[in-house]
Amino acid sequence: MKKIILSSLLIFSFGAYILHVRILGAEAPVALKPRPNKPPVALNLPQYNQIVIEPVVPAIIKPEVKTTPTPTPKPTPTPPPPVINTGKYRNGTYTGDSVDASYGYVQVKVVISGGKIADVQFLDHPRGGNSTRINNYAMPYLISEAIALQDSNVDTVSGASYTSEAYRQSLASALAQA
Amino acid sequence: MKQEQIIMGTPIIIEINNQEARQELFNEAFDYFKYVDSKFSTYKDTSEITAINNKIKEANLPAQAGMSEDMKKVFELSEETKKLTDGYFDIVTPDGTYDPSGLVKGWSIFNASEILKNHGVKNFTVEAGGDIQTSGKNENGDTWCIGIQNPFSKKREIIKKIYVSGEGIATSGNYVRGNHIYNPKDKNDTIEDISSITVIGPNIFEADRFATAAYAMGKQGIYFIEKLNGFEAYMIDKNGIATMTTNFNNYTKQ
Repeated sequence: MKKIILSSLLIFSFGAYILHVRILGAEAPVALKPRPNKPPVALNLPQYNQIVIEPVVPAIIKPEVKTTPTPTPKPTPTPPPPVINTGKYRNGTYTGDSVDASYGYVQVKVVISGGKIADVQFLDHPRGGNSTRINNYAMPYLISEAIALQDSNVDTVSGASYTSEAYRQSLASALAQA
Repeated sequence: MKQEQIIMGTPIIIEINNQEARQELFNEAFDYFKYVDSKFSTYKDTSEITAINNKIKEANLPAQAGMSEDMKKVFELSEETKKLTDGYFDIVTPDGTYDPSGLVKGWSIFNASEILKNHGVKNFTVEAGGDIQTSGKNENGDTWCIGIQNPFSKKREIIKKIYVSGEGIATSGNYVRGNHIYNPKDKNDTIEDISSITVIGPNIFEADRFATAAYAMGKQGIYFIEKLNGFEAYMIDKNGIATMTTNFNNYTKQ
């Protein structure tokens, strides 16, 4: 019984914490729990070798792509884009992924009302005496948010490149005819 | 000063602080990418990697014999990455040939950045297909501001801004190239739950290889990055919900 009360209390306080962070912004400290000791990963940096630039064969790929009459590549089917509100969340109920946290699964449901987070519910969480205890200590709780469009005032953008894909598709179709 | 060329089938963008910029610096860095492309492009019949793969396909010969130093290095780093990621990063394709492009992009951006640094350049970015190495400050003297692309849009749309000075930023996802990353542990798994994961690391080589592996892990990927010392990540699932590592917000303020 004591354990049940304890874990309910913990879950409740986490929910309250998420609400707090969402409402007050990210000013609140992010780390809820002591971070588990990260094992240092031996990272070997790649060595920069002085290289001799070999003459590049000029007639490589680009001309081929241009001169071959290539059918326009079919647009790749993309998942239906979520409608994004600038700066605010969309109203509705969103279920997060059920995530295996080694000691059980964690899944939350968030309810957005009036563009703000009205509720965060836990649909699934680690159960069991020992597991719960270990999990309470070891599992990192990560913060989630609905993505929201920002202004485009940046130096550059990180993401997979469309040019790259168009190039590959075009190249593949060109080569198929070659 | 900013210059762009399409090499390795992808736009390579180099920006160097106006005070430090010289045309020779751009030329040398772009030439390095051309060299890498000529050696590692699986699309080119004349590349070393194609020769290696042809030998495997025709005669089942082992890859190691007669490899160039750079090829050996890339294979070695791939093997190391495979171990560090519990097998989620693997350059062996389902048909038994090698495709090291998942490692070569970050590696070549890193090496091109080292070329600039060796010439004494301090403030620059080197970018290939949305993966970026930063150094120093931008033209205004501020830390570099990098936007994370909205994975659900084909337009340039930013859904998060991060501020870095010296780190590498890499994004892995399937929203552009189809399912170009497969789960090496289950070749039938097409990883549909995650739209993209952006990783910030000590340099672009590290960020890129762990972004690739974390993406292949699906929903678990964000926890893998969470445990990696010196890395932060922002993962977007197919419903447009983002999950971030504990200290990611250290990078969201200028």
